[in-house]
Amino acid sequence: MNALEVVPVALLGGIAGLDTVSFPQAMISRPLVSATLGAALVGAPMQGLLLGAILELIALETLPVGASRYPEWGSASVVAGAIYGRTGAGVVGAVMVAVLGALLFAWFGGWSMVALRRRNAVVARRHRAALEAGSRGAVLDVQLSGLTSDFARAVLVSAAAYLVLVPAERLVLLHWTLGERLSRAELVATAASVALGSAWKLFHSTAGARWFFFGGLGIGLLVLGMR
Amino acid sequence: MRPAAVVPPPPPALRVRSAVLLRLLAIQGAWNYETLMGNGIAFCLEPALRRLPGGVHAPAFKGAIARQSRYFNAHPYLAAFAVGALARAELDGEPADRIERFRTALCGPLGSVGDRLVWAGWLPLSSYLALALFGLGVSPAAVVVSFLVLYNAGHVALLLWGMRTGWNQGLGVASGLGHPVLRRGPAFMARAAALAAGIGIPLAFTRVVGEGRTFLGEILLGTLVGAVIVVKAQARMEGWRFALLVVSAFVLYSVIR
Repeated sequence: MNALEVVPVALLGGIAGLDTVSFPQAMISRPLVSATLGAALVGAPMQGLLLGAILELIALETLPVGASRYPEWGSASVVAGAIYGRTGAGVVGAVMVAVLGALLFAWFGGWSMVALRRRNAVVARRHRAALEAGSRGAVLDVQLSGLTSDFARAVLVSAAAYLVLVPAERLVLLHWTLGERLSRAELVATAASVALGSAWKLFHSTAGARWFFFGGLGIGLLVLGMR
Repeated sequence: MRPAAVVPPPPPALRVRSAVLLRLLAIQGAWNYETLMGNGIAFCLEPALRRLPGGVHAPAFKGAIARQSRYFNAHPYLAAFAVGALARAELDGEPADRIERFRTALCGPLGSVGDRLVWAGWLPLSSYLALALFGLGVSPAAVVVSFLVLYNAGHVALLLWGMRTGWNQGLGVASGLGHPVLRRGPAFMARAAALAAGIGIPLAFTRVVGEGRTFLGEILLGTLVGAVIVVKAQARMEGWRFALLVVSAFVLYSVIR
Protein backbone atom coordinates (compact mmCIF):
# COMPACT_ATOMS: atom_id res chain seq x y z
CA MET A 1 0.00 0.00 0.00
CA ASN A 2 1.42 3.41 -0.92
CA ALA A 3 0.37 7.07 -0.87
CA LEU A 4 -0.76 6.93 -4.51
CA GLU A 5 -3.31 4.36 -3.45
CA VAL A 6 -4.53 6.17 -0.32
CA VAL A 7 -4.74 9.75 -1.61
CA PRO A 8 -7.49 9.33 -4.27
CA VAL A 9 -9.62 7.29 -1.87
CA ALA A 10 -9.12 9.84 0.91
CA LEU A 11 -9.99 12.76 -1.39
CA LEU A 12 -13.11 11.07 -2.73
CA GLY A 13 -14.02 10.16 0.85
CA GLY A 14 -13.52 13.83 1.74
CA ILE A 15 -15.96 14.92 -0.96
CA ALA A 16 -18.53 12.32 0.08
CA GLY A 17 -18.12 13.21 3.76
CA LEU A 18 -18.49 16.92 3.05
CA ASP A 19 -21.67 16.18 1.13
CA THR A 20 -23.28 14.48 4.12
CA VAL A 21 -24.19 17.78 5.81
CA SER A 22 -22.02 20.73 4.81
CA PHE A 23 -21.96 20.97 1.01
CA PRO A 24 -23.93 20.39 -1.22
CA GLN A 25 -26.09 17.60 0.26
CA ALA A 26 -26.58 16.28 -3.25
CA MET A 27 -26.53 12.74 -1.78
CA ILE A 28 -23.17 11.77 -3.27
CA SER A 29 -22.75 10.54 0.29
CA ARG A 30 -25.44 7.87 0.00
CA PRO A 31 -23.82 4.41 0.08
CA LEU A 32 -25.34 3.47 -3.28
CA VAL A 33 -23.39 6.33 -4.88
CA SER A 34 -20.25 6.56 -2.76
CA ALA A 35 -19.48 2.82 -2.62
CA THR A 36 -19.91 2.63 -6.41
CA LEU A 37 -17.59 5.61 -6.91
CA GLY A 38 -15.05 4.20 -4.45
CA ALA A 39 -14.96 0.88 -6.28
CA ALA A 40 -14.88 2.68 -9.65
CA LEU A 41 -11.59 4.24 -8.52
CA VAL A 42 -10.05 0.77 -8.60
CA GLY A 43 -11.89 -0.23 -11.76
CA ALA A 44 -14.68 -2.33 -10.23
CA PRO A 45 -17.89 -0.24 -10.19
CA MET A 46 -20.14 -3.31 -10.38
CA GLN A 47 -18.81 -4.63 -7.08
CA GLY A 48 -19.19 -1.19 -5.58
CA LEU A 49 -22.81 -1.07 -6.67
CA LEU A 50 -23.50 -4.43 -5.02
CA LEU A 51 -21.87 -3.31 -1.79
CA GLY A 52 -23.59 0.08 -2.04
CA ALA A 53 -27.00 -1.56 -2.40
CA ILE A 54 -26.43 -3.65 0.74
CA LEU A 55 -25.28 -0.59 2.69
CA GLU A 56 -28.12 1.53 1.28
CA LEU A 57 -30.67 -0.98 2.59
CA ILE A 58 -29.12 -0.50 6.04
CA ALA A 59 -28.64 3.28 5.75
CA LEU A 60 -32.24 3.95 4.71
CA GLU A 61 -33.20 3.73 8.34
CA THR A 62 -30.96 6.69 9.25
CA LEU A 63 -32.63 10.07 8.86
CA PRO A 64 -30.14 12.96 8.96
CA VAL A 65 -32.45 15.03 11.14
CA GLY A 66 -30.97 18.24 12.60
CA ALA A 67 -29.04 17.71 15.80
CA SER A 68 -29.51 13.93 15.96
CA ARG A 69 -26.45 11.71 15.82
CA TYR A 70 -26.14 9.37 12.89
CA PRO A 71 -23.46 7.39 11.07
CA GLU A 72 -21.52 9.22 8.38
CA TRP A 73 -22.03 6.86 5.45
CA GLY A 74 -20.23 8.88 2.75
CA SER A 75 -16.54 8.44 3.62
CA ALA A 76 -17.01 4.93 5.01
CA SER A 77 -18.79 3.73 1.86
CA VAL A 78 -16.12 5.16 -0.45
CA VAL A 79 -13.39 3.31 1.47
CA ALA A 80 -15.37 0.07 1.74
CA GLY A 81 -16.16 0.24 -1.98
CA ALA A 82 -12.49 0.77 -2.88
CA ILE A 83 -11.39 -2.11 -0.65
CA TYR A 84 -14.01 -4.53 -1.92
CA GLY A 85 -13.26 -3.52 -5.50
CA ARG A 86 -9.55 -4.03 -4.91
CA THR A 87 -9.96 -7.48 -3.32
CA GLY A 88 -12.28 -8.88 -5.96
CA ALA A 89 -15.76 -10.34 -6.03
CA GLY A 90 -14.52 -13.93 -6.13
CA VAL A 91 -12.82 -13.80 -2.72
CA VAL A 92 -14.94 -15.58 -0.12
CA GLY A 93 -16.05 -13.34 2.75
CA ALA A 94 -14.79 -10.12 1.12
CA VAL A 95 -18.20 -8.47 0.85
CA MET A 96 -19.01 -9.31 4.47
CA VAL A 97 -15.73 -7.80 5.69
CA ALA A 98 -16.32 -4.68 3.54
CA VAL A 99 -19.78 -4.22 5.07
CA LEU A 100 -18.38 -4.62 8.58
CA GLY A 101 -15.63 -2.08 7.81
CA ALA A 102 -18.19 0.38 6.42
CA LEU A 103 -20.42 0.04 9.48
CA LEU A 104 -17.52 0.55 11.89
CA PHE A 105 -16.15 3.59 10.09
CA ALA A 106 -19.59 5.09 9.47
CA TRP A 107 -19.97 4.97 13.25
CA PHE A 108 -16.54 6.55 13.75
CA GLY A 109 -17.36 9.16 11.08
CA GLY A 110 -20.58 10.03 12.91
CA TRP A 111 -18.60 10.54 16.10
CA SER A 112 -16.13 12.79 14.23
CA MET A 113 -19.06 14.91 13.00
CA VAL A 114 -20.18 15.50 16.58
CA ALA A 115 -16.62 16.59 17.46
CA LEU A 116 -16.62 18.93 14.44
CA ARG A 117 -19.93 20.49 15.49
CA ARG A 118 -18.45 21.20 18.91
CA ARG A 119 -15.41 22.76 17.25
CA ASN A 120 -17.68 24.88 15.04
CA ALA A 121 -19.36 26.18 18.20
CA VAL A 122 -15.95 27.17 19.61
CA VAL A 123 -15.09 29.03 16.39
CA ALA A 124 -18.48 30.80 16.41
CA ARG A 125 -17.98 31.76 20.07
CA ARG A 126 -14.53 33.18 19.27
CA HIS A 127 -16.13 35.37 16.57
CA ARG A 128 -19.16 36.33 18.65
CA ALA A 129 -18.16 39.95 19.25
CA ALA A 130 -17.42 40.50 15.56
CA LEU A 131 -20.69 38.80 14.56
CA GLU A 132 -22.66 40.95 16.97
CA ALA A 133 -20.97 44.00 15.42
CA GLY A 134 -22.25 42.86 12.02
CA SER A 135 -18.91 41.88 10.54
CA ARG A 136 -19.28 40.35 7.10
CA GLY A 137 -15.74 38.92 7.38
CA ALA A 138 -16.64 37.07 10.58
CA VAL A 139 -19.64 35.40 8.92
CA LEU A 140 -17.46 34.26 6.01
CA ASP A 141 -14.64 33.12 8.36
CA VAL A 142 -16.97 30.99 10.49
CA GLN A 143 -18.64 29.43 7.47
CA LEU A 144 -15.44 28.73 5.53
CA SER A 145 -13.74 27.37 8.65
CA GLY A 146 -16.62 24.93 9.13
CA LEU A 147 -16.58 23.83 5.49
CA THR A 148 -12.82 23.30 5.28
CA SER A 149 -12.72 21.53 8.65
CA ASP A 150 -15.47 19.18 7.55
CA PHE A 151 -13.60 18.34 4.35
CA ALA A 152 -10.38 17.79 6.33
CA ARG A 153 -12.30 15.63 8.83
CA ALA A 154 -13.73 13.43 6.08
CA VAL A 155 -10.33 13.11 4.33
CA LEU A 156 -8.70 12.04 7.61
CA VAL A 157 -11.50 9.58 8.43
CA SER A 158 -11.23 8.06 4.95
CA ALA A 159 -7.42 7.81 5.07
CA ALA A 160 -7.54 6.25 8.54
CA ALA A 161 -10.23 3.82 7.44
CA TYR A 162 -8.23 2.73 4.40
CA LEU A 163 -5.01 2.33 6.37
CA VAL A 164 -6.76 0.23 9.03
CA LEU A 165 -9.14 -1.77 6.86
CA VAL A 166 -6.74 -2.95 4.14
CA PRO A 167 -4.49 -4.98 6.50
CA ALA A 168 -7.43 -5.93 8.71
CA GLU A 169 -9.30 -7.33 5.72
CA ARG A 170 -6.25 -9.34 4.64
CA LEU A 171 -5.93 -10.81 8.13
CA VAL A 172 -9.63 -11.69 8.45
CA LEU A 173 -9.87 -13.24 4.99
CA LEU A 174 -6.80 -15.37 5.72
CA HIS A 175 -8.72 -17.06 8.53
CA TRP A 176 -12.18 -17.03 6.90
CA THR A 177 -13.88 -20.43 7.11
CA LEU A 178 -17.51 -20.05 6.00
CA GLY A 179 -18.73 -20.44 2.43
CA GLU A 180 -19.58 -17.53 0.16
CA ARG A 181 -23.24 -18.47 -0.25
CA LEU A 182 -23.83 -18.71 3.47
CA SER A 183 -21.99 -15.40 4.05
CA ARG A 184 -24.02 -13.70 1.34
CA ALA A 185 -27.27 -15.18 2.70
CA GLU A 186 -26.56 -13.89 6.20
CA LEU A 187 -25.68 -10.46 4.85
CA VAL A 188 -28.80 -10.20 2.71
CA ALA A 189 -31.04 -11.28 5.58
CA THR A 190 -29.49 -8.66 7.88
CA ALA A 191 -29.68 -5.81 5.35
CA ALA A 192 -33.23 -6.71 4.31
CA SER A 193 -34.31 -6.92 7.99
CA VAL A 194 -33.11 -3.39 8.60
CA ALA A 195 -34.69 -2.19 5.34
CA LEU A 196 -38.07 -3.73 6.20
CA GLY A 197 -37.85 -2.40 9.75
CA SER A 198 -37.01 1.08 8.47
CA ALA A 199 -39.81 0.95 5.89
CA TRP A 200 -42.24 0.13 8.68
CA LYS A 201 -40.88 2.93 10.88
CA LEU A 202 -41.11 5.45 8.06
CA PHE A 203 -44.58 4.57 6.91
CA HIS A 204 -46.59 3.18 9.82
CA SER A 205 -47.69 6.65 10.92
CA THR A 206 -49.13 7.57 7.49
CA ALA A 207 -52.68 6.42 6.83
CA GLY A 208 -52.82 3.90 4.02
CA ALA A 209 -49.04 3.77 3.45
CA ARG A 210 -48.86 0.08 4.37
CA TRP A 211 -51.30 -0.74 1.55
CA PHE A 212 -49.10 1.14 -0.87
CA PHE A 213 -46.18 -0.92 0.44
CA PHE A 214 -48.04 -4.19 -0.11
CA GLY A 215 -49.14 -2.96 -3.55
CA GLY A 216 -45.50 -2.23 -4.39
CA LEU A 217 -44.49 -5.62 -3.04
CA GLY A 218 -47.00 -7.22 -5.41
CA ILE A 219 -45.54 -5.30 -8.35
CA GLY A 220 -41.99 -6.17 -7.30
CA LEU A 221 -42.80 -9.89 -7.00
CA LEU A 222 -44.65 -9.82 -10.31
CA VAL A 223 -41.62 -8.31 -12.02
CA LEU A 224 -39.42 -10.97 -10.43
CA GLY A 225 -41.76 -13.72 -11.54
CA MET A 226 -41.68 -12.45 -15.12
CA ARG A 227 -37.89 -12.43 -15.31
CA MET B 1 -64.56 46.00 -4.78
CA ARG B 2 -61.68 43.54 -4.47
CA PRO B 3 -58.56 44.87 -2.75
CA ALA B 4 -55.67 45.47 -5.11
CA ALA B 5 -53.11 42.66 -5.07
CA VAL B 6 -49.81 43.59 -3.42
CA VAL B 7 -47.11 43.46 -6.07
CA PRO B 8 -43.76 42.35 -4.64
CA PRO B 9 -40.73 44.42 -5.57
CA PRO B 10 -38.61 43.03 -8.41
CA PRO B 11 -36.39 40.19 -7.22
CA PRO B 12 -32.65 40.77 -6.81
CA ALA B 13 -30.49 40.51 -9.92
CA LEU B 14 -29.81 37.04 -11.35
CA ARG B 15 -26.18 37.25 -10.17
CA VAL B 16 -27.34 37.86 -6.59
CA ARG B 17 -29.96 35.10 -6.73
CA SER B 18 -27.37 32.67 -8.12
CA ALA B 19 -24.96 33.55 -5.31
CA VAL B 20 -27.69 33.02 -2.72
CA LEU B 21 -28.67 29.70 -4.31
CA LEU B 22 -25.06 28.49 -4.32
CA ARG B 23 -24.67 29.52 -0.69
CA LEU B 24 -27.90 27.72 0.22
CA LEU B 25 -26.11 24.50 -0.74
CA ALA B 26 -23.59 25.28 2.01
CA ILE B 27 -26.05 26.61 4.58
CA GLN B 28 -25.05 23.95 7.12
CA GLY B 29 -21.31 24.47 6.61
CA ALA B 30 -20.81 25.89 10.12
CA TRP B 31 -23.62 23.93 11.83
CA ASN B 32 -23.00 23.76 15.59
CA TYR B 33 -24.84 22.95 18.82
CA GLU B 34 -25.16 26.61 19.90
CA THR B 35 -26.40 28.70 16.97
CA LEU B 36 -27.29 25.68 14.77
CA MET B 37 -27.54 27.08 11.21
CA GLY B 38 -27.67 30.74 12.32
CA ASN B 39 -24.35 31.65 10.73
CA GLY B 40 -25.45 29.86 7.56
CA ILE B 41 -28.51 32.11 7.26
CA ALA B 42 -26.32 35.23 7.45
CA PHE B 43 -23.90 33.63 4.97
CA CYS B 44 -26.73 33.03 2.46
CA LEU B 45 -28.30 36.45 2.92
CA GLU B 46 -25.06 38.39 2.65
CA PRO B 47 -25.03 38.85 -1.18
CA ALA B 48 -28.61 40.21 -1.05
CA LEU B 49 -27.94 42.45 1.96
CA ARG B 50 -25.19 44.27 0.03
CA ARG B 51 -28.10 46.07 -1.72
CA LEU B 52 -28.99 47.84 1.54
CA PRO B 53 -28.48 51.61 1.42
CA GLY B 54 -24.83 52.46 2.09
CA GLY B 55 -23.52 48.99 1.18
CA VAL B 56 -21.46 46.71 3.40
CA HIS B 57 -20.08 49.46 5.65
CA ALA B 58 -23.45 50.98 6.55
CA PRO B 59 -25.14 50.41 9.94
CA ALA B 60 -28.17 48.87 8.18
CA PHE B 61 -25.99 46.11 6.70
CA LYS B 62 -24.13 45.50 9.96
CA GLY B 63 -27.37 45.38 11.94
CA ALA B 64 -28.86 42.89 9.51
CA ILE B 65 -25.77 40.64 9.59
CA ALA B 66 -25.75 40.70 13.41
CA ARG B 67 -29.45 39.71 13.55
CA GLN B 68 -29.22 37.01 10.92
CA SER B 69 -26.15 35.27 12.36
CA ARG B 70 -27.98 34.40 15.59
CA TYR B 71 -29.59 31.05 16.43
CA PHE B 72 -31.73 29.59 13.68
CA ASN B 73 -33.00 26.11 12.97
CA ALA B 74 -34.83 24.71 9.96
CA HIS B 75 -34.60 21.96 7.44
CA PRO B 76 -31.67 22.94 5.16
CA TYR B 77 -33.78 22.89 1.99
CA LEU B 78 -36.82 24.65 3.43
CA ALA B 79 -34.53 27.31 4.90
CA ALA B 80 -34.76 28.78 1.37
CA PHE B 81 -38.22 30.09 2.35
CA ALA B 82 -36.68 31.85 5.34
CA VAL B 83 -33.77 33.23 3.31
CA GLY B 84 -36.08 34.67 0.65
CA ALA B 85 -38.45 36.16 3.21
CA LEU B 86 -35.69 37.57 5.42
CA ALA B 87 -33.91 39.14 2.44
CA ARG B 88 -37.15 40.86 1.47
CA ALA B 89 -37.84 41.98 5.06
CA GLU B 90 -34.35 43.42 5.50
CA LEU B 91 -34.39 45.20 2.13
CA ASP B 92 -37.89 46.54 2.84
CA GLY B 93 -36.54 48.04 6.07
CA GLU B 94 -38.89 46.12 8.40
CA PRO B 95 -38.33 46.89 12.12
CA ALA B 96 -35.65 44.73 13.75
CA ASP B 97 -37.92 43.34 16.49
CA ARG B 98 -40.48 42.24 13.88
CA ILE B 99 -37.80 40.42 11.90
CA GLU B 100 -36.51 38.73 15.04
CA ARG B 101 -40.00 37.55 16.05
CA PHE B 102 -40.55 36.27 12.53
CA ARG B 103 -37.25 34.33 12.58
CA THR B 104 -38.21 32.65 15.85
CA ALA B 105 -41.69 31.75 14.63
CA LEU B 106 -40.37 30.23 11.41
CA CYS B 107 -37.96 27.70 12.96
CA GLY B 108 -40.46 25.02 14.04
CA PRO B 109 -42.59 24.61 10.89
CA LEU B 110 -39.64 24.74 8.49
CA GLY B 111 -37.91 22.00 10.46
CA SER B 112 -40.70 19.50 10.92
CA VAL B 113 -42.27 19.82 7.46
CA GLY B 114 -38.87 19.51 5.78
CA ASP B 115 -37.90 16.44 7.76
CA ARG B 116 -41.11 14.65 6.79
CA LEU B 117 -41.15 15.86 3.20
CA VAL B 118 -37.49 15.29 2.33
CA TRP B 119 -35.76 12.97 4.81
CA ALA B 120 -38.74 10.68 5.36
CA GLY B 121 -40.25 11.07 1.88
CA TRP B 122 -38.25 12.25 -1.11
CA LEU B 123 -34.92 10.69 -0.09
CA PRO B 124 -36.26 7.17 0.61
CA LEU B 125 -38.43 7.38 -2.53
CA SER B 126 -35.37 8.19 -4.67
CA SER B 127 -33.29 5.50 -2.93
CA TYR B 128 -35.88 2.74 -3.32
CA LEU B 129 -36.33 3.56 -7.00
CA ALA B 130 -32.55 3.39 -7.50
CA LEU B 131 -32.49 0.06 -5.63
CA ALA B 132 -35.23 -1.18 -7.96
CA LEU B 133 -33.07 -0.22 -10.95
CA PHE B 134 -30.15 -2.06 -9.36
CA GLY B 135 -32.41 -5.08 -8.89
CA LEU B 136 -33.39 -4.96 -12.56
CA GLY B 137 -29.73 -5.26 -13.54
CA VAL B 138 -29.18 -1.70 -14.74
CA SER B 139 -25.51 -0.63 -15.07
CA PRO B 140 -23.73 1.10 -12.12
CA ALA B 141 -23.45 4.41 -13.98
CA ALA B 142 -27.17 4.40 -14.86
CA VAL B 143 -28.21 3.59 -11.28
CA VAL B 144 -26.01 6.32 -9.80
CA VAL B 145 -26.94 8.97 -12.38
CA SER B 146 -30.67 8.19 -12.16
CA PHE B 147 -30.61 8.49 -8.40
CA LEU B 148 -28.63 11.75 -8.37
CA VAL B 149 -30.69 13.38 -11.14
CA LEU B 150 -34.02 12.40 -9.60
CA TYR B 151 -33.12 13.38 -6.05
CA ASN B 152 -31.48 16.67 -7.00
CA ALA B 153 -34.31 17.69 -9.33
CA GLY B 154 -36.49 17.77 -6.21
CA HIS B 155 -33.73 19.30 -4.10
CA VAL B 156 -33.01 22.23 -6.43
CA ALA B 157 -36.69 22.77 -7.28
CA LEU B 158 -37.46 23.08 -3.57
CA LEU B 159 -34.66 25.62 -3.08
CA LEU B 160 -35.77 27.75 -6.05
CA TRP B 161 -39.44 27.60 -5.08
CA GLY B 162 -38.62 28.44 -1.47
CA MET B 163 -36.48 31.43 -2.42
CA ARG B 164 -39.11 32.78 -4.80
CA THR B 165 -42.03 32.25 -2.40
CA GLY B 166 -40.08 33.78 0.47
CA TRP B 167 -39.16 36.82 -1.58
CA ASN B 168 -42.66 37.31 -3.00
CA GLN B 169 -44.41 36.99 0.36
CA GLY B 170 -41.84 38.47 2.74
CA LEU B 171 -42.98 38.36 6.34
CA GLY B 172 -46.29 36.95 5.12
CA VAL B 173 -44.59 33.73 3.99
CA ALA B 174 -46.57 31.76 6.59
CA SER B 175 -49.42 31.63 4.04
CA GLY B 176 -46.94 30.19 1.52
CA LEU B 177 -46.21 27.43 4.03
CA GLY B 178 -49.87 26.44 3.77
CA HIS B 179 -49.27 25.44 0.13
CA PRO B 180 -50.65 21.94 -0.68
CA VAL B 181 -47.12 20.67 -1.44
CA LEU B 182 -46.09 21.41 2.13
CA ARG B 183 -49.41 20.52 3.79
CA ARG B 184 -50.24 17.29 1.99
CA GLY B 185 -46.82 16.60 0.45
CA PRO B 186 -45.34 14.64 3.39
CA ALA B 187 -48.23 12.13 3.50
CA PHE B 188 -48.27 11.83 -0.31
CA MET B 189 -44.50 11.35 -0.36
CA ALA B 190 -44.64 8.73 2.41
CA ARG B 191 -47.18 6.70 0.39
CA ALA B 192 -45.12 7.03 -2.80
CA ALA B 193 -42.00 5.96 -0.88
CA ALA B 194 -43.92 3.01 0.61
CA LEU B 195 -44.90 1.90 -2.90
CA ALA B 196 -41.30 2.27 -4.10
CA ALA B 197 -40.05 0.36 -1.03
CA GLY B 198 -42.39 -2.51 -1.87
CA ILE B 199 -40.98 -2.65 -5.39
CA GLY B 200 -37.33 -1.89 -4.59
CA ILE B 201 -36.64 -4.13 -1.60
CA PRO B 202 -37.50 -7.52 -3.20
CA LEU B 203 -35.75 -6.61 -6.46
CA ALA B 204 -32.56 -5.51 -4.69
CA PHE B 205 -32.81 -8.47 -2.33
CA THR B 206 -32.92 -10.99 -5.20
CA ARG B 207 -30.05 -9.34 -7.03
CA VAL B 208 -27.82 -9.47 -3.95
CA VAL B 209 -28.73 -13.11 -3.24
CA GLY B 210 -27.54 -13.87 -6.76
CA GLU B 211 -27.96 -16.75 -9.17
CA GLY B 212 -29.33 -20.03 -7.82
CA ARG B 213 -31.00 -18.32 -4.87
CA THR B 214 -29.45 -20.75 -2.40
CA PHE B 215 -30.80 -20.59 1.17
CA LEU B 216 -33.77 -18.51 -0.07
CA GLY B 217 -36.18 -19.95 2.53
CA GLU B 218 -33.68 -19.40 5.35
CA ILE B 219 -32.98 -15.85 4.15
CA LEU B 220 -36.68 -14.98 4.06
CA LEU B 221 -37.21 -16.41 7.54
CA GLY B 222 -34.13 -14.60 8.86
CA THR B 223 -35.30 -11.36 7.25
CA LEU B 224 -38.72 -11.54 8.87
CA VAL B 225 -37.29 -12.39 12.31
CA GLY B 226 -34.68 -9.64 11.95
CA ALA B 227 -37.28 -7.07 10.84
CA VAL B 228 -39.43 -7.86 13.89
CA ILE B 229 -36.38 -7.40 16.14
CA VAL B 230 -35.49 -4.06 14.45
CA VAL B 231 -39.06 -2.77 14.86
CA LYS B 232 -39.48 -4.00 18.45
CA ALA B 233 -36.07 -2.71 19.54
CA GLN B 234 -36.33 0.65 17.79
CA ALA B 235 -36.43 2.65 21.01
CA ARG B 236 -33.25 1.00 22.30
CA MET B 237 -31.25 0.16 19.17
CA GLU B 238 -31.15 1.66 15.70
CA GLY B 239 -31.15 -0.67 12.70
CA TRP B 240 -27.55 0.01 11.72
CA ARG B 241 -26.40 -0.99 15.22
CA PHE B 242 -28.36 -4.22 14.89
CA ALA B 243 -26.61 -4.83 11.55
CA LEU B 244 -23.22 -4.05 13.10
CA LEU B 245 -23.88 -6.50 15.92
CA VAL B 246 -25.01 -9.34 13.65
CA VAL B 247 -22.28 -8.85 11.03
CA SER B 248 -19.55 -8.59 13.71
CA ALA B 249 -20.75 -11.79 15.35
CA PHE B 250 -20.81 -13.59 12.01
CA VAL B 251 -17.30 -12.43 11.04
CA LEU B 252 -15.98 -13.42 14.45
CA TYR B 253 -17.61 -16.84 14.20
CA SER B 254 -16.18 -17.40 10.75
CA VAL B 255 -12.67 -16.49 11.87
CA ILE B 256 -12.41 -18.33 15.21
CA ARG B 257 -14.40 -21.50 14.60
